[in-house]
Amino acid sequence: MYSLRTARSLLALAVMLLVSVPAASPAWASGEPSRSRSITDTSLQWPSGETLARVLLFRDYNTRVVVIGTTLLGAAAGVIGTFAYLRKRALMGDALSHATLPGIAIAFILLGAKSLPLLLVGATITGVLGVFAVIGLRTIPRIREDAAIGIVLSVFFGVGMVLLGVIQQMRTGQEAGLSGFIYGKAAAMLAADAWLIGVAAIVVVAGCGLLFKEFRAVCFDPQFASSIGVRVHLVDFIMMALVVLTTVVGLQAVGLILIVALLIIPAAAARFWTDDLRMMTILSAVFGALSGYFGSTFSALLPRLPTGAVIVLCAGGVFGMSMLLAPKRGLLAASYRHWALRRNTAYQHLLRALAELEEQFGEGAEIPSARLAGARRWSPLHMRSCLAAARRRGAIERREQDVITLTPSGRAQARRMLRNHRLWELYLIRHADIAPSHVDRDADDVEHVLSEGIVRELEDELTDITGVPPSPHGSRSAS
Amino acid sequence: MTGWQWDIDGWIVLAGILSAVSCALLGNYLVLRRMSLMGDAISHAVLPGLAIAFLISHSRSSVPMFVGAVSAGLLTAVLSQTVHRYGKVEHGAAMGVVFSVLFALGLILIRQAADHVDLDPGCVLYGNINQIPLDAIGSALPPPILNLGIVLLVNVAFIALFYKEMKISTFDPQLATTVGIPADLMHYALMVLVSVTTVANFESVGSILVIAMLIVPGVTAHLLTDRLGAMIAVSIIVAVFSAVVGHVFAAFGPAWIGLPGSTHTSAMMAVVAGGLLLIAVLLAPRHGVISRAWHRLILSLNIIRDDVLSLLLRWQEVRPEGGRPIRQAEVLAAIGDSPLTRWSLRTLVRSGYVMLDRTGRGDDADGMKLTASGLSRATGLIRSHRLWEAYIDKHFKLPTSHLHLSAERVEHYITSEMRDEMSADLTSPQHDPHGRAIPPEQGEG
Repeated sequence: MYSLRTARSLLALAVMLLVSVPAASPAWASGEPSRSRSITDTSLQWPSGETLARVLLFRDYNTRVVVIGTTLLGAAAGVIGTFAYLRKRALMGDALSHATLPGIAIAFILLGAKSLPLLLVGATITGVLGVFAVIGLRTIPRIREDAAIGIVLSVFFGVGMVLLGVIQQMRTGQEAGLSGFIYGKAAAMLAADAWLIGVAAIVVVAGCGLLFKEFRAVCFDPQFASSIGVRVHLVDFIMMALVVLTTVVGLQAVGLILIVALLIIPAAAARFWTDDLRMMTILSAVFGALSGYFGSTFSALLPRLPTGAVIVLCAGGVFGMSMLLAPKRGLLAASYRHWALRRNTAYQHLLRALAELEEQFGEGAEIPSARLAGARRWSPLHMRSCLAAARRRGAIERREQDVITLTPSGRAQARRMLRNHRLWELYLIRHADIAPSHVDRDADDVEHVLSEGIVRELEDELTDITGVPPSPHGSRSAS
Repeated sequence: MTGWQWDIDGWIVLAGILSAVSCALLGNYLVLRRMSLMGDAISHAVLPGLAIAFLISHSRSSVPMFVGAVSAGLLTAVLSQTVHRYGKVEHGAAMGVVFSVLFALGLILIRQAADHVDLDPGCVLYGNINQIPLDAIGSALPPPILNLGIVLLVNVAFIALFYKEMKISTFDPQLATTVGIPADLMHYALMVLVSVTTVANFESVGSILVIAMLIVPGVTAHLLTDRLGAMIAVSIIVAVFSAVVGHVFAAFGPAWIGLPGSTHTSAMMAVVAGGLLLIAVLLAPRHGVISRAWHRLILSLNIIRDDVLSLLLRWQEVRPEGGRPIRQAEVLAAIGDSPLTRWSLRTLVRSGYVMLDRTGRGDDADGMKLTASGLSRATGLIRSHRLWEAYIDKHFKLPTSHLHLSAERVEHYITSEMRDEMSADLTSPQHDPHGRAIPPEQGEG
């Protein structure tokens, strides 16, 4: 038991992060879970090493079925979800999944018994009806797509709940399983159900593979697609049919409220990593499959964790990581780029201020840092970090505490910045007819992005200027 | 349940009315602001707020639940805005991501606590409105009714106090900002109220009814009226009707069709509201399916009648001296034989524009001729057609063969004033670009 302590701690950490329960008493540290739980005891009961090994190594037949089924489901939903997401039909899946409930209830009432395939046929019928209802409502002038989705979702679900209420009073015992479709009940999955999901996954993947070009055309530019001879309505219909298929086979595992998450989240997460549709589809499938795998494994390991919800949380985790960490579109990368840009801007501002001061004090002069602080409204802290950065880059030297000198390479850079700044100012004054007192601010922003090509063009426009022109509005540090 | 009992059914209907009306009031603004799904998202996402509040405070008293749910509701609004703006995820999908993850979190937390608490996931969906009468035993006012009543009062007060501000910031946020109304604040105030309303309704009527009542009455009212005040009034009527009829159907409906017992009142309220919306979709005076279909039918009937009249005139034109009248079969063949065409022929005869000429024999037995008034209308049409062709030919460089189609479409909508203007512009032309004579304007026939 102690040998598995590390592994269990890691697992515990992962789940604690995911679930973020304010768990006061970590039961995993104290060993045996107690049987009588008090009302304040919100800890999770951690599995014994034996359970862990059995689940992770697939020794348990039931677990094997559930884990394989949900993994395949996640992959299929990821693939078709990519296209639904790009076609902006993702929330249509929500209306669709809620609309399956009356079908399940009607099938149950008509047949009087639970037979999964027939219940799913019922679900498909009303689900498709729901989709058509959304499309129909959208054509009414005052009803927008979001309202249409909300209406179908709530009214169809209401019909389903009414029928479930009737069923509850009709019989006893049998109907208990029906509510499993609402929140999902992966533990009830049989081998046949996993096979059904497998077949559906193959159909979905094959369909998307065969129609990849058509799907791509319809997702990105329906008008263009129809002009090159793609039958947009037919392609949309097939796409929606595949969404219906995925939703219906996934009802039992994930539940109709949360199945839409599997369609949206992996696709939205994959979008952060790539601009290539093929890559995005593959990534989305992988994300979906991973969510399915980890979600069902966690819920097999820990008691009282609803599988569907854990799968969705895993997908949410993947989404959060993607949104943070993705190299180009991720938040961290974006804020790093932003930070680097600001640092570079500050560095260039510092150098230009020094070049302006050298104009007053003479080249190579020792510039007191107090004067520099006066040049721009810099806080002492900001100024210190800018100076440190400039010294690291070898642009300045600091012989005494409060005195700064430019190095030769720093001076060259600084004078180039100053020249660019003044060129732009002169250009604005002469060609854009802007008052000399108003050009400084604009040039302040533009100087950092002037490429060599643009500087050369500016030089061609302002042929009389050589070297660093004097400031057209009087030096800032002098004012 | 045998019959209506005021001490049971009365309380249930009252709870239903209070919750439906408080949702419907806010729903109007959600629908107008195209934020219908925000109601959906918030009502899913308050679940983890409730659960966390319970886990922290270990009680089901109102205040922690209220705080938890409102912060969860606001979190949903803020998070989906963040995902949308910084993640560049499409708005609906961003909401989908946020609310499904939060709902999953809430579900897990509730299951963790469910062993010992009556915070049952099933209740979350359809509530336990039928429990309310039990709460009424021993107290004058059951607590759920009190909560719902307070929420309704708050919503009414908010809308009454900020009616103008909400109206402007709903229809024109830029204008609102320029006249000094904080549109963002209004947005978040609405979100807070939606969260509060959702929480108060959670226990008694469940989240499905909240979603239905936030969206359906507003949309129904929007179909029926163009004025905000009237829209709010209609939505309240829809909400009250749904509550009353919904409970009656839920309590007694199963018995009417020979089934035992009753079913969930709140779910049935959603269904009744959906039924009302369906009726509005079909029957709404301007935007309804039936009225639009009727207008389209009348329009196409008028176009066919015009086509028939100009056909008869053209037939006469090429046969100036007598000649046989056109046969009905030829008219049908030229216009396209359909029940609509036959009907329009009958109305033309009945309203005296066309007369049937039965003097001929054999194939000529049912010839058709223009009457004087028919001739006048047909002349107007032909004049419109040919003037339009001449006008287009003068001002646009189109090939002569392309003129006819445009004139064919437009001729039905050209008034005699427009004809006069075109004629003046073209200095009273005698012939159209194809060389056919443009008939002179006739007196009103």
